Amino acid sequence: MTQDKSLARKAYWRANLGLMGVLLTIWFVVSFGFGILLRPWLDLVSLGGAPLGFWFAQQGSILTFILLIFYYAWAMNRLEARFAERLGSDDIPDPAGEDAS
Amino acid sequence: MTATLFWTGFFVITSFALYIGIAIASRVGSTDEFYVAGHHVPPVFNGMATAADWMSAASFLSMAGLIAFSGYDGSVFLMGWTGGYVLLALLLAPYLRRFGKFTVPDFIGDRYYSDTARVVAVICAIFVSFTYIAGQMQGVGIAFSRFLEIPIEAGVIIGGLVVLMYATLGGMKGITYTQVAQYCVMIFAFMTPAIFISLQLTGSPVPQLGLVGNVADGTPLLMKLDGMLTELGFAPYTDGSKSTFDVFAITLALMAGTAGLPHVIVRFFTVPKAADARKSAGWALLFIGILYLTAPAVAVFARTNFIATVNESVYDAGTTDLVEGESETPDWFHRWENTGLLAFEDRNGDGRIQYRADPEVNEVTTLNRDIFVLANPEIANLPGWVIGLVVAGGIAAALSTAAGLLLVISSSISHDLCRKVLFKSMTDRQELLIARLSATGAVLIAILAGIYPPGFVASVVALAFGLAAASFFPAILLGIFWQRMSKEGAIAGMVTGLGVTGAYILTYKIFGWIPNNAEHWFLGVSPEGFGTIGMIISFAVSVTVSLLTPAPPPEVRELVERIRAP
Repeated sequence: MTQDKSLARKAYWRANLGLMGVLLTIWFVVSFGFGILLRPWLDLVSLGGAPLGFWFAQQGSILTFILLIFYYAWAMNRLEARFAERLGSDDIPDPAGEDAS
Repeated sequence: MTATLFWTGFFVITSFALYIGIAIASRVGSTDEFYVAGHHVPPVFNGMATAADWMSAASFLSMAGLIAFSGYDGSVFLMGWTGGYVLLALLLAPYLRRFGKFTVPDFIGDRYYSDTARVVAVICAIFVSFTYIAGQMQGVGIAFSRFLEIPIEAGVIIGGLVVLMYATLGGMKGITYTQVAQYCVMIFAFMTPAIFISLQLTGSPVPQLGLVGNVADGTPLLMKLDGMLTELGFAPYTDGSKSTFDVFAITLALMAGTAGLPHVIVRFFTVPKAADARKSAGWALLFIGILYLTAPAVAVFARTNFIATVNESVYDAGTTDLVEGESETPDWFHRWENTGLLAFEDRNGDGRIQYRADPEVNEVTTLNRDIFVLANPEIANLPGWVIGLVVAGGIAAALSTAAGLLLVISSSISHDLCRKVLFKSMTDRQELLIARLSATGAVLIAILAGIYPPGFVASVVALAFGLAAASFFPAILLGIFWQRMSKEGAIAGMVTGLGVTGAYILTYKIFGWIPNNAEHWFLGVSPEGFGTIGMIISFAVSVTVSLLTPAPPPEVRELVERIRAP
């Protein structure tokens, strides 16, 4: 593996971990934060007819989860496209083959 | 009920014919196709199949009722069973897909360069899947007996044979496309009554808007329900009774358990590439979300409607005179009494139904939680065919999950145990034959388990999630993100996680050695939430043991590099 490829791999992996860190923080905040730990305070406010903490626990968290996954899929495609040239996949042995089947 | 019986039979038979037709059209001839549908499933279809695979009879029939009775506490299931997909999409699925093989024990065995680790994974996978499948088969039997007037045993056998047919003929390919069809059946069956009930109660055709909306007199629906419940002595709907720490622990255990369940993970082996695995997890959660975002609304509608129409109603207008402002008990109440899911006992002899929290005065002596989904169509005054559709939907939910579990059991035996450990020189054809035979064996055992359900079926679902959270989840996660993780670390972690969690749940839920209540729980964590503690212990043991044992060989470091690279 060339020097540049190895650097590019490291940079790609770091970017991926950074993105994951941000998204998992949001994942934690909307469910464990808003839906559980902070619920007593959020419940003082209402969304329509529902206490906000209760709404996050039964609706808001799930909606956010869906958006998080689609955003991650989109952002990773963009990230991989950006690194595609520097990384190339020619030297990565892939015995089981993603397309081999 | 005869029209209902006709329509139920019609929908059940039509849907079965559809599943078998798909099975015949998708016969397979290689292990690659049998285990992972040749990696050819488009992400959207895989998302739908995952949704059907994931949503069992419990999600379809029982969850809304469970939430209706537990209010805020029910949130643990909603967040726990959906949040796991975020972990799956970000942390596990794309890497496991890039690994490129067939099963979860495959990954554990290769990553931890050890047949012992592989066998431990096989045992976990089979154990988790069998605990789950027994409940599914029982669900099919109950649906048959209750609605088609067929004995439970016959229902279980018919359901089992249908699954057997499409699972052995088509393997993963057959299962995938029947699951797509089953998803469509179940979501249509769930949403139709939900939309009509929402219209009836809140004037909004979107149940999620109805949930945050107002009732006819302008008060918010949830406030009205809270008020009704406190008046009858119940806890307010939007308040929970579980401790915050326990809610936290259960939610996390269900999330990690979801991400670690082998029948869910293998679905992501079937798409063409890692990017598709991520996208497909998004579709899966979207399709699951349609039901999971509707269920809490149905729960509120059902509970409100139950109190409004049943409480203080006149049970039999023929013998009791109606005072002005009173109404008669709705017809559906009488019909469901016949099934034994509902029972009324006129304790104070006033001819009216008093529904109260206090067991001394409560007159609704039996109230099965499944009734809220099953009786929904009648409560909303929908025609008989909708009930038939709901029954077909419940059976679809049970069969699709059973099929996914079956494949995990058969591939664990034929691929991981026979091909990889016991008879390494086996040919592809022989392996395929063994896969089909073990699927057949597993169906027969599942049929027996459905007919003679072990008494603890309901409580072992907690066990399945707890075990997956405390064994597979840490082992797979560290395997991908921590190169230093050694085979000794992985085996020690899985075995301790499994042992501690299993022992805790057995102690409280199955043998009852210690009373199952908050005072006696370790740190106040219920058996349902103990998977979280088990998982933390498993992580700690894995890391400690790995650091004390030799680092993995260079091939393994390369494997980890490869699955991380785009």
